[in-house]
Amino acid sequence: MNQANEPRISMRGITKVFPGVRALEDVSFTLAPGEIHALMGENGAGKSTLVKVLTGVYQPDAGTIELDGQPVEFASPVEAQAAGINTVYQEVNLVPTLSVAENLMIQRQASFRGLINWRRTRELARKALQRLNLDIDVGRSLGSYSLAIQQMVAIARALDRETKVLVLDEPTASLDAKEVEALFTVLRDIKKQGIAIVFITHFLDQVYAISDRVTVLRNGRFVGTGPIAEVPRMKLVTMMLGRQVSGQTSDHPPVDSIKTDGAPLFEAKDVGRSRYLNPIDFTLRTGEVVGLAGLLGSGRTETSKLVFGAVKADSGQIRLDGKPVTLRSPAHAIRCGLGFCPEDRKHEGLILDLTVRENIILALQSKRGWLHRVGEAEQNRLASEMIAALGIATPDAEKRVGQLSGGNQQKVILARWLVSEPRMLILDEPTRGIDIGAHAEIVALIRKLCREGLALLVASSELEEIVAFSHRVLVMRDRSKVKEIVGDDITQSAIVEAIANS
Amino acid sequence: MSDINLKKVGAAAEKRALPAAVWPLVALAVILIIDVIISPSFFSIRVVEGRLYGSLVDILYRGTPPALIAMGMAIVIGSRGIDLSVGSVVAMSGAVMAALIHGDLSPVIIVFGTLGMGLICGLWNGTLVAVLGIQPIIATLILMVSGRGIALMINGGRIPTFRSEFFEFVSTGSIWVIPTRLFLVAFVLLVLWLLLRKTAFGLFVESVGSNTQAARLSGIGTRVVTLSAYGIVGMCAALAGMVITGDTRSSDAVYAGVDSELDAILAVVLGGGSLNGGRIYLGTTLIGVLIIQALTTSILMSGLPPEYNKLVKAIVILVVLLLQAPKFRTAVTALFRTGKGKAKS
Repeated sequence: MNQANEPRISMRGITKVFPGVRALEDVSFTLAPGEIHALMGENGAGKSTLVKVLTGVYQPDAGTIELDGQPVEFASPVEAQAAGINTVYQEVNLVPTLSVAENLMIQRQASFRGLINWRRTRELARKALQRLNLDIDVGRSLGSYSLAIQQMVAIARALDRETKVLVLDEPTASLDAKEVEALFTVLRDIKKQGIAIVFITHFLDQVYAISDRVTVLRNGRFVGTGPIAEVPRMKLVTMMLGRQVSGQTSDHPPVDSIKTDGAPLFEAKDVGRSRYLNPIDFTLRTGEVVGLAGLLGSGRTETSKLVFGAVKADSGQIRLDGKPVTLRSPAHAIRCGLGFCPEDRKHEGLILDLTVRENIILALQSKRGWLHRVGEAEQNRLASEMIAALGIATPDAEKRVGQLSGGNQQKVILARWLVSEPRMLILDEPTRGIDIGAHAEIVALIRKLCREGLALLVASSELEEIVAFSHRVLVMRDRSKVKEIVGDDITQSAIVEAIANS
Repeated sequence: MSDINLKKVGAAAEKRALPAAVWPLVALAVILIIDVIISPSFFSIRVVEGRLYGSLVDILYRGTPPALIAMGMAIVIGSRGIDLSVGSVVAMSGAVMAALIHGDLSPVIIVFGTLGMGLICGLWNGTLVAVLGIQPIIATLILMVSGRGIALMINGGRIPTFRSEFFEFVSTGSIWVIPTRLFLVAFVLLVLWLLLRKTAFGLFVESVGSNTQAARLSGIGTRVVTLSAYGIVGMCAALAGMVITGDTRSSDAVYAGVDSELDAILAVVLGGGSLNGGRIYLGTTLIGVLIIQALTTSILMSGLPPEYNKLVKAIVILVVLLLQAPKFRTAVTALFRTGKGKAKS
């Protein structure tokens, strides 16, 4: 990196205040041409706000922004785009029902006397994708492609304009390892063209794999910046958390806590559903954590949903306490003492219009039935107990849950199940989209719940995490269980090997 | 992007911290004040023949059938549904009521029969929506269209008239000096409020309306909840049918309750309810009904030709809705703020 270069972007003393919150305070950020600059921090650190200031979504209350040495002020994202600053957001904001070409060329179709020239438009779209070495049928609807391809199309669209700065907000959140590698190849290529890339992620590995420099924010303040080679992992995590990480997450649960005797609480035998999940066997004892590992689409979520009755199994048998049961619906599963935190919080977990309190008592209430309303005093007590116990950051229990950050929303869903007093809890990706601090808290919480005698089935794409809390691991591939690893044999490499070879 | 908007809106709402009822109440107050200016005797209330009379009483009195329907509609809309068939249900239950009165049955049986008709209609709609998964607007459109035909069939193609002391008392009578039908509204409001807030039914409906999938995964029987919501609005429409039919002492399959679905939906929206579901506001919905009714009465009183009625109504409602829209409010306050800021500096 040639530091003598004039910085492409130079933000100095940026302050942004929202009612009641200082989102950014005196933050500085510089971006050189042709670098990949990782922007890191916990949820609420101010990453998104900083990016939104840069891209014209927000206007700073104080501070200056310079682009190529010239002071600039963006009143809207359109102005920022005109200046060459383009953004690809975490949730791809393209239209899945339109074709790839239409998505790429929206508002810029090649036209002839007001009529769209489709052949030419498709050609232009194809060219735009070729820059990313992507050769797909641009006439097909975008939604028929994988999320990775959709992400690439979003990037292609951003690059198709005159681009000096490309901001990527959590671009890898829904990609698997191979797709991430493909994306990185593209990013390295873009970088060579002199475009500066701001890369927001919470995957440490990826930061080290691709970034040139890193800037860390914490609680809306600037913590530090430097070449990635000079910032070791521990230091980076410490900068983000502001405290030493207690207890390495790669610790195993103690061997003596592994249950091999005693009657199982939950037994699944040949439970499956055609074209959904191949029949699977496993058992779960009280006080045990069983991890579900595997790549995206390997059957982790499918297993969780079948076990909970969210999707009906069409084969096999489930036994609870040794007695056969057929789980007809989630309501039935809940009455049997199960709980389920889904992977997709926004669509399957939270009721965004309701308050934190209402979200927390929802499962308990549905367990009791509509006639036996949980009393107001009890609701308030349960909500404030959970807010304190899980450290949910909210001013009060009456705040709408949609206004909380991702980590806190996840805790609200966990709280919902904890107050319903389940005997067995199924967690599907409990740490997805959560910053590293909340991440460690949730891993610690899983261990604590397990010690208190809950049976847990936890699906996760993060191997570190699986290794950290599982007594047993079910390794999934192609919608089947391919291996079960027990106790001390659980290591990341053992799981990877099982995924790759078995 | 929607996240940002949500946050902005949330922040703005918190800063103002005005209860949701303020805007509809302001609108109602403005209409009433204009009425007083037009007609100074507007607020006068007198007792004639043992009953209250006056423009205000008239608004409440005429607002009764729409109020009954709108309260049920608020629940269905809270569940992210809609019921277009309420007007037809008014006609059908009125027809059933007239038929039963001619059958010389006891009033209790007639009341249950009429409510039963509404319940059956509601459950039919609910089944189409909750079990067969048909979109609410289409599902209820079926009964909206066919319902008046069914009512005509029950009536035997005529407009049967009747005399019934009991139903005349319910519809046009009064207890002490207060019209009986106002007690009916108060009673239904109380029952629905107890059902929504003193059982968990309200929470369940709002959960289903806000996020059906999440509600199901939290163990809520989403089908039963949706079905119940439609059943309730059906019975509310049947009650309105009872009042309307009792008033005219005849069952008119073609005109009873015409356009009442539109007034009910408007009242819910004026009361702050969102067609995207999620929250039920019974109180402000009733204020919405009063706004619509006050408007109708005022236009008649002001001497404007009746053909202006719907146009003026539409304009006033548009203004109220704009006032309620967070986007519009932020834009207007921003306009004022920049004005002030410039004046200061």
